[in-house]
Amino acid sequence: MLTGLNVGVLALQGDFERHLYRLHALGLKGREVRRREDLAGLDGLIIPGGESTTMNLLIDRFEMREPLTDLCRTKGVWGTCAGMIMLARAVDDARIKPLGIIDISVQRNAYGRQVHSFHTSISVNWNGRPRNLSASFIRAPQVAAYGPEVKVLAEYEKNPVLLSQRNCLVSSFHTELNDDLTLTKYYLESFVSVFK
Amino acid sequence: MNLEDKDYKIRVGLAEMLKGGVIMDVINPEQAKIAEQAGACAVMALERVPADIRAEGGVARMADPSIIEGIKKAVSIPVMAKCRIGHFAEAEILEALEVDFIDESEVLTPADYKYHIDKWRFRIPFVCGCRNLGEALRRISEGAAMIRTKGEAGTGDISEAVKHLREINSAMKKLTVMSAEELNGMAKELAAPIELVQMVARLGKLPVPNFAAGGVATPADAALVMKLGAEAVFVGSGIFKSSNPEKRAKAIVTATAQFNNPEVVAECSRGLGEAMKGITAAAIPEENLLQVR
Repeated sequence: MLTGLNVGVLALQGDFERHLYRLHALGLKGREVRRREDLAGLDGLIIPGGESTTMNLLIDRFEMREPLTDLCRTKGVWGTCAGMIMLARAVDDARIKPLGIIDISVQRNAYGRQVHSFHTSISVNWNGRPRNLSASFIRAPQVAAYGPEVKVLAEYEKNPVLLSQRNCLVSSFHTELNDDLTLTKYYLESFVSVFK
Repeated sequence: MNLEDKDYKIRVGLAEMLKGGVIMDVINPEQAKIAEQAGACAVMALERVPADIRAEGGVARMADPSIIEGIKKAVSIPVMAKCRIGHFAEAEILEALEVDFIDESEVLTPADYKYHIDKWRFRIPFVCGCRNLGEALRRISEGAAMIRTKGEAGTGDISEAVKHLREINSAMKKLTVMSAEELNGMAKELAAPIELVQMVARLGKLPVPNFAAGGVATPADAALVMKLGAEAVFVGSGIFKSSNPEKRAKAIVTATAQFNNPEVVAECSRGLGEAMKGITAAAIPEENLLQVR
């Protein structure tokens, strides 16, 4: 049962509230993760969108890097937008030290400033079942390169936008802003439940 | 007005991304870098901070584009800029400059005392100040993607922001228990569209992010407004008018993220040097108040 899963959302800065709404809509309690102690006992963690420079600084300021990295190595984790940047192996910006969970290198704000943010529909094909995700790209990053272990689950204009490696899922876009539960459900079923 | 419009949702989306963060007023690239290094989630590019606008008087306008460009180059976080109330030509310039957010702000001298900008026709999201629920809903009906309290900018006195937050919260709470007839009456009283009044009654909160601004000068001020339900904090003069901006900026970011953790707020409040001197908002004559604009 998904509802029994204990999933946290990193709530140092960003759109953590929208992710929590989606978890609530699926019957999960969800937990705001603001301190080290909040990481204990979690079955999975979502790192939301927001400003990666801010998150990066606060992870160190609140002494969370080590327990956070440990959790992200073993449990089902999902990073959206800035969260994808934090979970990457490399970022094109010396201001950010990513956690190195998924073998991708990322370019920040690759689509440009807010005026170039957009909404679109992303096609995915999971186990032969095609679906569309309602996707918002907000000052979104792009994946510049990815390693052999990484699976590309969806592309937009030939760029990989949804990828996974073992226990880690990343998306450069947001579905949590759009009342679309598809990706949240997929994350819970195929990552959190599997790596519980 | 269509809050379900996809482009509008993209604008509100950026406001969502700023939640839990601190947006700092800066007047040059050096200050912008200090703000970013302290953990600001965005900066507001200005020619003068509100305390100086207040002290110097005269007409306050949109910043020189070269200041905004310089700040955009210096940092990777979103850059906001202010235009005068009703001055849609300034807003078009800011859109052409590709700032990430426009603040249609009472801190600048209004260009139009009757009408606010029609914000629906812009691709860039707008934030607007308000003192009460009626103002907030009118600004949303004009297309604002984020609401902030007005407070009394440039004073370092938090009492007006507190008043505005409490005002909005208590008005929203009342709506949640009202009958359909009462809501119709409230729409009239608030001079706001009935659809928005009904939405707030259903949600118990605004349909867009609700941030605090005006008078934040200490980490404790930031924690206070967050505890009162603000979802992020704007700091104007409070940082760069203090004796140690780097340290204070960092402390206010820490206090905003850990507002429910008084031990952490206590720790980051130590030894910050002098806060901005400020003025008591209650001592300002009505005609000099920025919030009534």
